[in-house]
Amino acid sequence: MQFKSDKIVALLILLPSLILVGIFVYGFIGQTVYVSLTDWGKGAALAKNPEMNLIGLKNYGELFSGFLNSRFRQDLVNAVFYTLFLVSGALGVGLILAILLDRGPKGESVFRTIFLYPMSLSFIVTGTIWRWLLAPRGGINRLPTMIGLPAIGFRWLNSRQSILNFNWQNLPQITAIVVGAAFLFIAFRQWRSGLKKKGLLSLIPTLILLLWALWGARFTPEILPTPEQHGFNLATIGIIITAIWQYSGYTMALYLAGLRGISEDLREAARLDGANQFQYYLNVAIPILKPMTMSAIIILAHISLKMFALIFAMTGPDNAETSHPAVLMYLTTFRANNFAKGAAIAVVLFVMVAVFIVPYLISAYRERRA
Amino acid sequence: MLKKLNWGKLVVYSALVLFSLLYLMPIYMTIITALKHPVNISLTTAWKLPGNINWGSFAEAYNTLGPNFMNSLYLAVSATVISAILGSLNGYVFSKWKFPGNEIVFTLVLFGMFIPYQIILIPLFRVLRQLNLYGGIPGLALAHIVYGIPITSLIFRNFYARIPESMIESAQMDGAGFFGIYRRIILPLSAPGFVVVVIWQFTQIWNEFLWGITLTRHSANPITVGLAQLAGGQAVSWNLPMAGSLLAAFPVLIIYILMGRYFIRGLLAGSVKG
Repeated sequence: MQFKSDKIVALLILLPSLILVGIFVYGFIGQTVYVSLTDWGKGAALAKNPEMNLIGLKNYGELFSGFLNSRFRQDLVNAVFYTLFLVSGALGVGLILAILLDRGPKGESVFRTIFLYPMSLSFIVTGTIWRWLLAPRGGINRLPTMIGLPAIGFRWLNSRQSILNFNWQNLPQITAIVVGAAFLFIAFRQWRSGLKKKGLLSLIPTLILLLWALWGARFTPEILPTPEQHGFNLATIGIIITAIWQYSGYTMALYLAGLRGISEDLREAARLDGANQFQYYLNVAIPILKPMTMSAIIILAHISLKMFALIFAMTGPDNAETSHPAVLMYLTTFRANNFAKGAAIAVVLFVMVAVFIVPYLISAYRERRA
Repeated sequence: MLKKLNWGKLVVYSALVLFSLLYLMPIYMTIITALKHPVNISLTTAWKLPGNINWGSFAEAYNTLGPNFMNSLYLAVSATVISAILGSLNGYVFSKWKFPGNEIVFTLVLFGMFIPYQIILIPLFRVLRQLNLYGGIPGLALAHIVYGIPITSLIFRNFYARIPESMIESAQMDGAGFFGIYRRIILPLSAPGFVVVVIWQFTQIWNEFLWGITLTRHSANPITVGLAQLAGGQAVSWNLPMAGSLLAAFPVLIIYILMGRYFIRGLLAGSVKG
């Protein structure tokens, strides 16, 4: 029996926070989207009332196909690779660490502390330290000399090599092939689980996309006037290693909590079925850990899609090889005062993060309601 | 004694020790480099222990970073305290005074902790300038408090959800209202919740860089910005950035080592489900 006046008090207590979140989150997102559609940034950009005219999607057009904005496109490619490698690396290492600690070896809490301490540090601290470790003729590269092997010659942070290059002009076709392959996979799974009719239906978009990519695209105009190569820059490997070193403790903690939640009965049952340790983890534990894997993917993807401080500390904001849209957004906005284009970069980043976060929040919401 | 060598255990322990060395290697390198004289630092002897120890790097680093250190301390302490109080009140309402649409509103609030902060940076910069808060610590603190609302509300909400409804009801029978229940039942049980939130917010604010570099003037730069400037540039003698890194890491490392358990709870709370 709650009294009505108390309910009003409760809402009044919450209200300031809701208003602040409303303005600072939703209002500001709206404003950034609006700014991205203007030309704010010409002349006196920092004036009290800067000149701002709506120019539609011109900023986005320039980012994705403008002659002067090829750095943005490489940054976008970098962001995808950063995300791919950070997520898979931290998941893999974290899982191994969690399995090693699962049976409670002696000194477990010491080991846990060691694996997790990087997580408490600032990216600026870890970035500064690893920059020294990855110095071209010192640090990591000299480790093999301790056991008599020749030093490594790899230039971790300033290599100019890049692999997996592709022509940005082919991006629509590449996207079509990737999406087509995803539909093919869905069709295959539906077919196998007995939904033959649905499986066949899922094949239709695959066929359309692949047909267009391999044949029809010849007749659509190119998005860029000249071919433009982008790929995986090897100079990002050092930054990726640092990020994995820093975040694998997090996935370890997440997985360890999950492994400890598995009942002893289940483990015993697996043992009685003749499963050895390896089979137990592969066939019993890892499938149970799926929700932890999902959470970790979301959190890590979100972190690597806004990676700024680590790159800033390791290679500086001006290094185009290792750059990221988050870094370019900072340079465009606060160095070049081109607020409109900075806002457009921010919106692209936001959309990429939202693709991961929104479904996650909706499913969490459904779970709470259930 | 060694009746049967347990190979499984041997593999597990050697792997654990190997991984530990890998994780501790950077901190080892940091400490030995910070303790060397600049002339003794060379790439070829980087892994060797310092011959004669130079404590001066720390004093020198503190000379440069001291003001930044104090800025971060003021910022982190003030913003953390306000954040924790706000979070506790919000969590109390979200868990014990559910209103129609409670869950939807909560989800909308949570969204705020997952946005890349680039998306709000330009309007934030503008609004702080209009409020005359741009450049100083109060403006930065305001940002941390506002964008800390989602995570602090989440941690407290999940924490208070475990307080049984019956306790609330019996207090209401005794005539306690919104604040009475908070003071007599919720607050006395809140200590672990506050520890988790305070550690989490303090660490986050201490380590933050993007707002530090875009929203403060030189005199109000937090420690992360100071360290980035100290370590940036090409011709650095590495003992100084390493000593600076240790200085910037010191408060959060101490908190982590002493209160690791609570730090992990905050960490896991970030994954919304569960």
